[in-house]
Formats: sequence, C-alpha cells, structure tokens
Amino acid sequence: MTIKTDTKKQMLIKAVVIGVSAGGFKALHRILPLFDNSFPIPVMIVQHRKAENDSFFVNSLKEKCHIHVEEAIDKTRIAQGRIYIAPGGYHLLVEKDLSLALSVDSPVCYCRPSIDVLFESAADAFGPNIIGIILTGANADGANGIKAIKSSGGITIVQNPKTADVDYMPLAAIKTNAVDHILELDEIPRFVNNLVIGSN
Amino acid sequence: MENEDIEIKLVLKAIQLKHGYDFSNYATASMKRRLKKNLEEAGLKTMSEMIPLIIYDKEFFNLFLHNLSVNVTEMFRDPPFFLSIRRQVIPYLKTYPFIKIWAAGSSTGEEVYSLAILLKEEGISEKCIIYATDFNENVLEIARKGIYPAQDIRKHTTNYQQAGGKESFVSYYHADYNSVIFDNSLKNNIVFANHNLVTDGVFGEMNIIICRNVLIYFNKKLQDQVLYLFNESLRINGFLCLGSRETLDFSPNASLYIPVNKNLKIYQKKKSNLSTGSRSI
Repeated sequence: MTIKTDTKKQMLIKAVVIGVSAGGFKALHRILPLFDNSFPIPVMIVQHRKAENDSFFVNSLKEKCHIHVEEAIDKTRIAQGRIYIAPGGYHLLVEKDLSLALSVDSPVCYCRPSIDVLFESAADAFGPNIIGIILTGANADGANGIKAIKSSGGITIVQNPKTADVDYMPLAAIKTNAVDHILELDEIPRFVNNLVIGSN
Repeated sequence: MENEDIEIKLVLKAIQLKHGYDFSNYATASMKRRLKKNLEEAGLKTMSEMIPLIIYDKEFFNLFLHNLSVNVTEMFRDPPFFLSIRRQVIPYLKTYPFIKIWAAGSSTGEEVYSLAILLKEEGISEKCIIYATDFNENVLEIARKGIYPAQDIRKHTTNYQQAGGKESFVSYYHADYNSVIFDNSLKNNIVFANHNLVTDGVFGEMNIIICRNVLIYFNKKLQDQVLYLFNESLRINGFLCLGSRETLDFSPNASLYIPVNKNLKIYQKKKSNLSTGSRSI
C-alpha cells in the first residue's frame, strides 16, 4: 500500500538506513537475505539490543546474507554494498566525509544505539540521496529520524503496522506525516532494489 | 557550507579563544548533536546565539562544557576487557620492578578504581603508579573523591564478578544511604592530574596506556595525533588498550603494534618507530 504518490523526480540513492526494535531479529533475517550481492550501496542498521549479547546477532546475519555484514567500527570509510550494524551500547553516526562514527553519549528514547541518532546524522551526510526505513518495534525512537530524512529530501518507508510484530514504532513514524510509503515487510527488498537500481 | 555548519565553527572558535579548549577536531556529527542539545536546553534558536553566553556568562559556560564532554563510564565496564588484562597483560607486567599506567581521559574515575582493585588482587599495587588524567577539572574532582551513587553498585558488583574479581566487592567500599565511597587505600598509587590530549604532550614512559571510548570523539586527524602521542609515551613491549569498537588499523602507527587481544583491542608495542625496524623480544 502506498499512501502518497511519489511525484518527486528520481533521485540518485546513495545509502539506506534501517531502524528496528522489538521483533527485529526475525524481520531483518527475513528481508536482508533478499538483497543480492550486487546491491550497489551501503546499508546502515540500528537494531535495539543490549550491549552484552553481542556477536550472535551479527554472526547469524552474516551467515544468511549475500551482502557482506559487519558490526560498525569507528572511523570506517563507508564502502559500497555493505551492511553495517550498530554495536550494542554505542550510537552509530555518519560523518559528512562518509565515514562511520560511534559515540557513547546519553541514550535517546532510552536507547543506545538510537535510530534517531543514525537517521539524523545520515540525513545530514547524504541529504536527499537516502532511503530511511522503520520496521517493527515498541518504541518511538526513529520518528524524529524519519522527519529528518523527509525534510532533507530523502525517501521514507515504514513497515505496515497492521502486519508488523509490534506496531508501536511504525505507528509513531507514520504519525509524523513524513512517511512516503507503507509496505508489507516482504515487499520492502524489491521496492528498495527498484528505487536503487533505477537511480544508479 | 550550510549556515548551521558555519555557526558551529564560530561557536567552537569562541570557546577556544575565550577558554582555551580546542574542540575543532572533534568528530562533527556527535559534536553537532551535543551542541543542539545545549541549544534546546538554553531555549535558543540558532547556534550563534550561544556565542555571547560562551564569552560573558561563566555559569552558562560551565554547564555547557559539562554537557559537551561525555562522561559515561562504570566500574569494570566491559568485564571481558578487565578479565583479559588480568590474564594476558598482568602476568607479563609482574616481571617488571616498576610499572607506570596511564588512564587517559579517565573521566569520573570508575575505570581507575577498577584498575586499582585489579592490581591489588594481583599483588602488584606496590610497584604500580596509575596516572589518571582528564582535561575536565570537574570530573577529575569527582574521581579524586571516589564517591559514587549507590544505585549503580549492583551493576558494578556484577561487572566485578564477571571481570574475575577474587574478593567480595563490598570489601572495597563503604556504603551510605545514597552513595558509596571507595577505600582510601586504593588511592595510594593513583595520581590524578589535568592533562588535555589535544594540547598537552608526553609526561612519562608508560607500560600501559588505557584510553577506551575517548578517541571516538575525535576526528581522524586528531585521532592520529593522539595515537602518535601515545606511541611516544609508551615503552617498547608496553600495552595500548582502546575501546572494543575502536581500532588502531587506520593509524599510520598500526604496524608498530601486535594485537594481544584482537576483539578487545589490547595491543602491544613491538617497534619504536617506522624507520628503525623491528626489535622484538
């Protein structure tokens, strides 16, 4: 389902950011393996999680995905066609020179990593050339981030709250009136692929 | 350049000219977030409105400076790190007659007291000296006192146990209703001192330098500069400890070090500099 027709002229898409909380393990394992290894741009992801249960989540995604998956290291230069996951206990930010930065600043919406922190910095760094996606979750984190991406001219997508594991986060994002597309989880990879391939 | 970015540069310049703190090579994205937070708290609209306050309003600046520096830490934060120090680094250090440790950017001191406890349990306190440094006098003062909120003690106790603690953690502090004070004897081998990683230089030859989650706040240029300072301050076969998501890999000095624990970012210096070649043990 699409709530607004996209009248904006096709923008070059240079990055994708994804924010997800409760239910995210399942959701990410469902969609990320659907991107093939020719996916031409970087993907940065914040999944809310505890600092302790570190390696299992990232290792599990590494095994299932065709794209290279890694946990973000400070000052890494963002490479094309890679998935970067925010480490537990750190905020993940994008610098304007397109390198990754971490911080242990206070939690935002009780969360570190916070989706807002990633999305707002990515909107700053990539301007209109970015897609922001909010998936299942029980927290309002990400709503401000979606607004930031929209106001810098990027494309915003939210998982359909009716079929999301937890609808709170998608609903909070939709409430901002800054969402371009509301999609079923399974539709998201193809939709994003088309936008990215079409623009690149 | 966007207006806001111009204003940020001017704000940072005002801080430097008036107060001497150089934030110009801090990582931009997180600095911008902290400045924005200050802006909101002060009820102002644009960054440049903070400039007169930074120059003329001492009270504003003190709070502002406090908000700019990040002081998130806990006792035995990241227990596997302390466990690795205990098992992989301490046995090596025990062979030395005298051990100098630099905790750079030691903030409110929790990590320093953790280290002091660890050294005591390993029976080498007497021959160790820990230099605990920070540029922020307020956090140094908290560190000197060694008094922390009682609410955190449960978390700290769990960390201590996971870090291989050998005693009962309660034996190291006295609890009041709201706070705990760490045993004065732990301070015997700690020197608290003001040192600014951005502007100050080498002050000794160290066996260990611990600087975890400080470099993430610096841009690449400043990171390289501080890693150069650490290299100058570190003896051959000395240990450099960074945060678990920081890396030496992007630094020009990387080839001088070998990883002792790759995941926990504990490195050992094996060469003194790039030109003189290797002199391994």
